[in-house]
Amino acid sequence: MSRIQDCFARLGEQQRKALIPYITAGDPTLEVTVPAMHAMVEAGADVIELGVPFSDPMADGPVIQKACERALRAGTSLTRVLEMVGQFRRDNDTTPVVLMGYLNPVEIMGYARFADACVAAGVDGVLLVDLPPEECEDVAPLFRERGIDLIFLIAPTTTDARIRSIAAAASGYLYYVSVKGVTGSASLDVNEVAARVETIRNLAQLPIGVGFGIKDAQSAQAVSRVSDGVVVGSVLVSQAAEHEQHPEKIAPAMAAILADMRAAMDKP
Amino acid sequence: MTERPDYKAFPDQRGHFGQFGGRFVSETLMAALDELETMYRRLKDDPQFQADFDYDLAHYVGRPSPLYLAERWSRELGGARVWLKREDLNHTGAHKVNNTIGQALLAKHMGKKRVIAETGAGQHGVASATVAARLGLECHVFMGEEDIRRQRLNVYRMKLLGANVVPVTSGSRTLKDAMNEAMRDWVTNVDDTFYIIGTVAGPHPYPMLVRDFQAVIGREAREQCLKQAGKLPDALVACVGGGSNAIGLFHPFLNDDGVAMYGVEAAGDGIDTGRHAAPLSAGRPGVLHGNRTYLMEDDNGQIIETHSVSAGLDYPGVGPEHAWLKDLGRVQYVAANDQEALAAFRELTMVEGIMPALESAHAVAHARKLAPTMDKDQNIIVNLSGRGDKDILTVAEIDGIEF
Ligand SMILES: Cc1ncc(COP(=O)(O)O)c(C=O)c1O
Repeated sequence: MSRIQDCFARLGEQQRKALIPYITAGDPTLEVTVPAMHAMVEAGADVIELGVPFSDPMADGPVIQKACERALRAGTSLTRVLEMVGQFRRDNDTTPVVLMGYLNPVEIMGYARFADACVAAGVDGVLLVDLPPEECEDVAPLFRERGIDLIFLIAPTTTDARIRSIAAAASGYLYYVSVKGVTGSASLDVNEVAARVETIRNLAQLPIGVGFGIKDAQSAQAVSRVSDGVVVGSVLVSQAAEHEQHPEKIAPAMAAILADMRAAMDKP
Repeated sequence: MTERPDYKAFPDQRGHFGQFGGRFVSETLMAALDELETMYRRLKDDPQFQADFDYDLAHYVGRPSPLYLAERWSRELGGARVWLKREDLNHTGAHKVNNTIGQALLAKHMGKKRVIAETGAGQHGVASATVAARLGLECHVFMGEEDIRRQRLNVYRMKLLGANVVPVTSGSRTLKDAMNEAMRDWVTNVDDTFYIIGTVAGPHPYPMLVRDFQAVIGREAREQCLKQAGKLPDALVACVGGGSNAIGLFHPFLNDDGVAMYGVEAAGDGIDTGRHAAPLSAGRPGVLHGNRTYLMEDDNGQIIETHSVSAGLDYPGVGPEHAWLKDLGRVQYVAANDQEALAAFRELTMVEGIMPALESAHAVAHARKLAPTMDKDQNIIVNLSGRGDKDILTVAEIDGIEF
């Protein structure tokens, strides 16, 4: 069983929901990321989505755009991000790590080389925002053969037919994007999310994580009640911006936010 | 020998030109692109839609645009006869309007009340604002801060036309960043918004539909050349930013084996300096803005900044059909640098009394090299994609003149 499957199975037995933080790797320095990953696990994170910075993050709002700029200025590259995962794995062999980003850095590295590097580093899943299932038929087997989960997004605009074909291409979990918009945009409507998650459940077997618009313990709790996991991004990433001059404060600040969310989500 | 492909049979059903093209966008936009494709495939063969499009091109844009024999300039160059396809004479001053007329008709059919556009030189922004004004649509144009400075005349034109010009401050503050921002707006407002992409880039079906709308250039030019020169041209020359004026001229000639084609990219300070905007000449394949194509990127797959005196060519990617035509060898992609383009701008202005846009001046610069290598009974068509009025401030600045 993969680390991701394992994780959702364990949470299921405990009747708990997954807390899935997203941070941009190398933001604002290369050194902060691995300690931040450990601190987030300590604070209750179940899966870590590690953002690979890209020069043109089209699906992201200003918070993550700036994070990409800071990370690239610090010298972050896909190779460096893979090294970070390897380093994280020295002290943590259980928490799944998903690389999230845009396709082009992977194109340049080459798909087979990237998939091999993921295995070597201990990456469990890959979410490429601008690679829809239609375009990944040729490369999907490279990941599947190596036991790496391909995570796909489902949007409010996704038709039922597409949900089925996305679910057929995906493994690990599905990521439901709760709002039409970029990351960090308007807050979500829990009732709407609940209805959509219900629809997806009827069409797909995989666990469903919900992201975009989760800002605090309250929204994390509300969304966790109607899904299998919550993805938290921009509020964490904004800590890197706020403490750019004092990077030692970043990991504790991220951990504090997650600890609050964890507590609220675990409340019966 | 492999047989040559039927160039006009592409893209395939999924929007691919060989390995290029496709639809690489986030999930939220997939439904909107499906909807657009379905609507376009239906209207494309609808005689009423084509009649509406043709009517607007004739009575609003002023088509057909002339094919003008630049006699004096041809004589000076001392080789082939050079003809100018006068897209500069279109309403709003460039080829861009052919496409915005077509896309605005699509927007109308789809019931969208709000249109957005990205722009570099401002010509596509002006052309979008123009059709929006005419149809009473709300219009937002995304434009990099650097381009707002360079093309302030066009910024004011767009404002007069009632458009909201949104300054883009991210990244290199030029065309690619404006396109990122337009995509972000579209994701957010996808229900009521039509995104009018200004060139043959972006996700499928944009490269196909923009090409189809611009192909009026080549259809006219082919007919005019047969009539005026008595035969098909020997060579076509067009500048390539995203590639819409070039593919518009080239496409109707692609299966005419005897017609050579040259796409001219912006070499900026020179290809060897790295400061240019010539992905076909010096880039490599990758994925940006929804399609796979040649890009200017570093070893880590990050897009790098481009440099060109011409805002409309300052783009790190290029339409996927050009990437495909390059690899097939059907079109030759060459480059002209800032100095050559400026010299061509001045020369055409002085010799023919026609002031080309700095974008078009890149094509003029290549024709200037090409014509003398050809015979006097041969014919070259240069796509004069736009007029140079918008660039007067840029040229004056280079001349050290302040207004
Ligand atoms: C006059 C003119 N020519 C050419 C271009 C380049 O675009 P494309 O390569 O799509 O024709 C522009 C873009 O702004 C333009 O304004």
